Amino acid sequence: MRTIVVSVAVALTAGAAFAQQKSAADGIAEYRKMLEDGNPADLFEAKGEELWTQKRGPKGASLQACDLGKGPGVVKGAFVELPRYFADTGRVQDLESRLVTCMEALQGFNGAEIAKTAFGRGEQANVTALATYVAAASRGLRFNLPQAHAEERRSYEIGKRVFFFRGGPYDFSCASCHGEDGKRIRLQDLPNLTKNPGDGVGFAAWPAYRVSNGQMWSMQLRLNDCYRQQRFPYPGFGSEATIAVSTYMGVNAKGAESIAPAIKR
Amino acid sequence: MKLYLLPAVAAALAVAGCATTPSPAELDRQAVAVMKSSFRDQGIAKVDRLNQDAGQQACSAPTPPSAEVAKQIEAASLASVKPPASGQYIGDWREGEKLAQNGRGMTWTDPSAEPKDNGANCYNCHQIDKKEISFGTIGPSLWNYGKLRGVRNPADPASAAMVQYTWGKLWNSKAYAACSNMPRFGHLGLLNEQQLRDVMALLLDPRSPVNQ
Repeated sequence: MRTIVVSVAVALTAGAAFAQQKSAADGIAEYRKMLEDGNPADLFEAKGEELWTQKRGPKGASLQACDLGKGPGVVKGAFVELPRYFADTGRVQDLESRLVTCMEALQGFNGAEIAKTAFGRGEQANVTALATYVAAASRGLRFNLPQAHAEERRSYEIGKRVFFFRGGPYDFSCASCHGEDGKRIRLQDLPNLTKNPGDGVGFAAWPAYRVSNGQMWSMQLRLNDCYRQQRFPYPGFGSEATIAVSTYMGVNAKGAESIAPAIKR
Repeated sequence: MKLYLLPAVAAALAVAGCATTPSPAELDRQAVAVMKSSFRDQGIAKVDRLNQDAGQQACSAPTPPSAEVAKQIEAASLASVKPPASGQYIGDWREGEKLAQNGRGMTWTDPSAEPKDNGANCYNCHQIDKKEISFGTIGPSLWNYGKLRGVRNPADPASAAMVQYTWGKLWNSKAYAACSNMPRFGHLGLLNEQQLRDVMALLLDPRSPVNQ
């Protein structure tokens, strides 16, 4: 018995470093799997649904007449076709900037004020909950961003250039980390976002609940923190660069299944 | 921004051909304007960080710049490398390991842009000491860096070329690869000379755990 224990211990020690290294990503995936049954994103989804139907704002109206691209009030399927061009605003919008447009037009909120509000605060927290609700309604659907309008095609082309734009004290662009297959920062796997990275990866995973900080992160916040780590200045909420780079990632993800709202480490 | 036009894209543009489709050069201009209008100052991260130098501009496309442009960037970068004022290239590998582990610095949440507030970020992208299993893979493994290059004594004149190359790579990585993913730690003042010497020791000191 003792011999067996000892030899097992030796084998474990010898293989430990390698096994540990190889299984780190698997371990995280397993951890996520365990958490999936109780994804706290569900709470934000429920809050978002309530906010969607509630009469709110200076005009005391709900968002049920909000057009997210598939007609007023249509929520299911809207997420996997955003960003897209909206004739009423004359520009390409992502989910969050479109929600703010609706909050302004239908409910009478000040859109510029919301855009200036920090993530997780006031009406900005409500935008995140609403985005979580809208994304959840497209869970299991596949990305299929429209590219029929000239502005949508322009947004893609601008987004590609934004993605590869190098600058700042570290000379980083989005492509520095997300331009090749199979790369990592520390143990974090990095999706290659210059093409379809696969079902439920990258653009198809956000909004997501982050276990490490207990926060619900929208795509705008995901991009915001990427730019922070890229050592860039601060991207405006709903700014054209963030929307264009979302168009680029969304079009590249054509056919990928959405798992948003996902759960992340 | 570099002009890039794949044959397929060119064909698609020719077919689309409508007046509303901007040319690639026009899109390049628009993209720079979009970048400038989309960001604002926050803490130490000011919008002037978006003013690209020639190298950043040349390396901002899906395809690398021409060999000629790459050579120019590499020559200018090599000329920017400053050897240590003291002539001493090797510091303390223990301090180097701490710097290699430290991924902080230069973000809008960091207190200052001074080297004292900056890590060297090495493990984010490189394997270095094999005992550290949490390492990135964007850059090559640096395990046994000095040993594999035959550096038995960094002070030996026989090691001078490798020591100077490594200093140059840390000072301005673009000296050896125009579009290297690695930051220019010396050239852009991210690390001071002492910090660079310590990272040098981690890689080249025969006593460093990296070279065991």
